[in-house]
Amino acid sequence: MLLYTRRAQRIAWAVFAFFFLLLFALPFGVLVLAAFTKQWNGAFPSSYTFSNVTAAFHTDPLDGLETSLITALLSSLIALVLGTWAALALDAVRNRVGKTLIQTVFMLPIAVPSVVVGLALLVAFSQGPVLLNGTNTIVVMAHSILVTAYAFQQVSAAVTRLDPAYEQAAASLGARPYYTLLRVKLPLLLPALTGSLALCFALSMGELGATAMVYSANWTTLPLRIYALDDRGHQFVAAAVTAVMMTITLAVLLVVSRIRTRANYR
Amino acid sequence: MAATDADPTARRTGRGSGGIRFDDVTVAYNGNVVLDSFTLDVAPGEVVALLGPSGSGKTTALRAVAGFVRPASGRVHVGGRDVTDLPPYKRGLGMVVQQYALFPHMRVEQNVAFGLKAQKIVAKSEIPARVAEALRMTGMAQYAKRYPRELSGGQQQRVAIARALAIQPSVLLLDEPLSALDAQLRSGMLAELARLHRELPDVSILYVTHDQIEALTLADRIAVMNEARLVEVGTARDLYKRPGTEFAAGFVGNSNLLPVTVAECVAHGDGSFRATVRIATESGATTGELVTATCTENAAAGETRTLCLRPHFLGLAAAEHHDNAFSGTVTEVQWRGSAHRIFADVHGHEVRLDTNELRNPPAIGDEVWLHFSAEDAVLIPASGTGSPSPDPVSAAEPAPANPASTEPAPAKPASTKPAPAKDAVPIPATATGSPSPDPVSAAEPALAETAPAEPAPAEDAAR
Ligand SMILES: Nc1ncnc2c1ncn2[C@@H]1O[C@H](COP(=O)(O)OP(=O)(O)OP(=O)(O)O)[C@@H](O)[C@H]1O
Ligand SMILES: [Mg+2]
Repeated sequence: MLLYTRRAQRIAWAVFAFFFLLLFALPFGVLVLAAFTKQWNGAFPSSYTFSNVTAAFHTDPLDGLETSLITALLSSLIALVLGTWAALALDAVRNRVGKTLIQTVFMLPIAVPSVVVGLALLVAFSQGPVLLNGTNTIVVMAHSILVTAYAFQQVSAAVTRLDPAYEQAAASLGARPYYTLLRVKLPLLLPALTGSLALCFALSMGELGATAMVYSANWTTLPLRIYALDDRGHQFVAAAVTAVMMTITLAVLLVVSRIRTRANYR
Repeated sequence: MAATDADPTARRTGRGSGGIRFDDVTVAYNGNVVLDSFTLDVAPGEVVALLGPSGSGKTTALRAVAGFVRPASGRVHVGGRDVTDLPPYKRGLGMVVQQYALFPHMRVEQNVAFGLKAQKIVAKSEIPARVAEALRMTGMAQYAKRYPRELSGGQQQRVAIARALAIQPSVLLLDEPLSALDAQLRSGMLAELARLHRELPDVSILYVTHDQIEALTLADRIAVMNEARLVEVGTARDLYKRPGTEFAAGFVGNSNLLPVTVAECVAHGDGSFRATVRIATESGATTGELVTATCTENAAAGETRTLCLRPHFLGLAAAEHHDNAFSGTVTEVQWRGSAHRIFADVHGHEVRLDTNELRNPPAIGDEVWLHFSAEDAVLIPASGTGSPSPDPVSAAEPAPANPASTEPAPAKPASTKPAPAKDAVPIPATATGSPSPDPVSAAEPALAETAPAEPAPAEDAAR
């Protein structure tokens, strides 16, 4: 019986390892390898170099890193505020039509392809009273719209799980709703808030579809530049830039998850 | 009972004199009435227990006071002020819910300080002292720096109470505060709550429970609820000694409820009545023995009533010594160490008897006589006849115990033969010491032979 269990465990691990290698380790490993490759003809690179990485740091591709970081930071913060606000509103709204309306509005950016979101913004702000065509604002807007949907989903799930007893206890102790929100509900939601911040940041860092529709020459995010590099045949430099972006994004996520662990009370 | 405003040493935050008043409050969830025309008064400084089975609407009543559910009709008053339209945070009452709901991200002292900070009713410099005082009262001073997750259930419960007390409310709402604790801790906390109330004599407490012991221990008055309605309200002692309804009799303490027919009812000295009744047999024929019981209101001869007999007020007896007794057949004998619980079949009804341990307990199948003192037996309206659920409004009158019923006259039944029953009550306790003509011998098989002869004369007497 024990043997059987152990064998089953081994099989399970083997299956897991296979898919893990195939889906995660292989692509990312190859990517990192490519970042240091000069020439790659056979199964493995035939010669290595550091020049890709130096190229990534010394030429313009990495200017896109700053652009991407600013865009991701701004849009994930905006998304967090809007998404949390909407999630709390959804919880407070009692009538069903209102609830459905809020849910639909915030589901829409996920439901349609991101290119559509970009196109919609482009069409809306290329003419008429508000002209944002070619500005960095429209890029941040596009990102914000996209990731707010995710922030809303995450925070909304956490709000639903929040025990109303806490809110009621606070009210019975004489706390006004805004005080309860600041001192009780938001602190209790902190794990979900930091979690969705991290998710939004990562999503925004990697966003390509909508950005491709609205970007301008002076506000080109990293994924666009990687795409361009690859397009022009500089695969290995593209890989190096990607590896740098990956490292920085991971670092940010790790920091956020540290905060998140500390915010877990139970 | 004094209004706190009048008390110069009052530490309440000027919220008036406390007290709660439900005025014909009806609450419905989606058209489903869960609190039906509920009327109840809790005087300042009084402890009232809401006692009832699960789903009877106790929590709902509490939530109506706290403001978490809006009555469909009726008004709720706190401290003489109509709070029906006020949001919860403006009502200024302390509340402790079943799961405590301590804020997990705050230390104990921050939890306790929460209300004070939120309301800004006291100067910041005063808060630590108030927190310390609340923690001292609940015996949690040394845990001030801990987080709720680092506390045991009993400690969490104390913190929840401390948190509610810190804002010095005039009204404290407790919703089954002890239900999450084990039996031992519960009795300890029960004593703590009683002590707390002695320390804070001005605070009105509405205490929800489905545990009759908690209600009897803590409450000045008990409001018995069933199926969204107030069934009966009275002092704990009244409700126990003189229940007015079958439901209350069954829910507050244990009881045997037997259908009887009134043979005669006469006024008793203390304003109550003494009724001679006969137990209705299963077949409906009223052939049982004539026994005497107390009745709070007059009953006409021939009326059907319910006789409420507390199991521990019943004694086992030799028939010839006790005329306030009826015969039965032992169906079950349970030995519980220091006590015996005996079930007997009395004219088709199961009767339970609790007594101190018997040296010679009866055997199953034995004929025994069960006797009781007339003042320990109470006649209540039969649930089948008249109003099954008594008019809740009249029941809700905060009837300050009528002195006659709280102070039962010493056993001197005027209308009946001076029953030796009174003397017989303690006998099971002393029985083990005294040898021959004691009631325990009634339980001995020898008597089983004489017992069957007894019902015959009783039957004759009935005709
Ligand atoms: N939010 C709600 N929505 C619909 N029905 C509810 C709601 N809350 C309570 N009820 C119903 O109201 C009735 C009374 O509930 P309540 O919580 O007052 O009972 P209770 O006497 O406190 O019971 P317990 O001893 O189990 O706590 C129950 O039948 C319950 O199903
Ligand atoms: Mg309840």
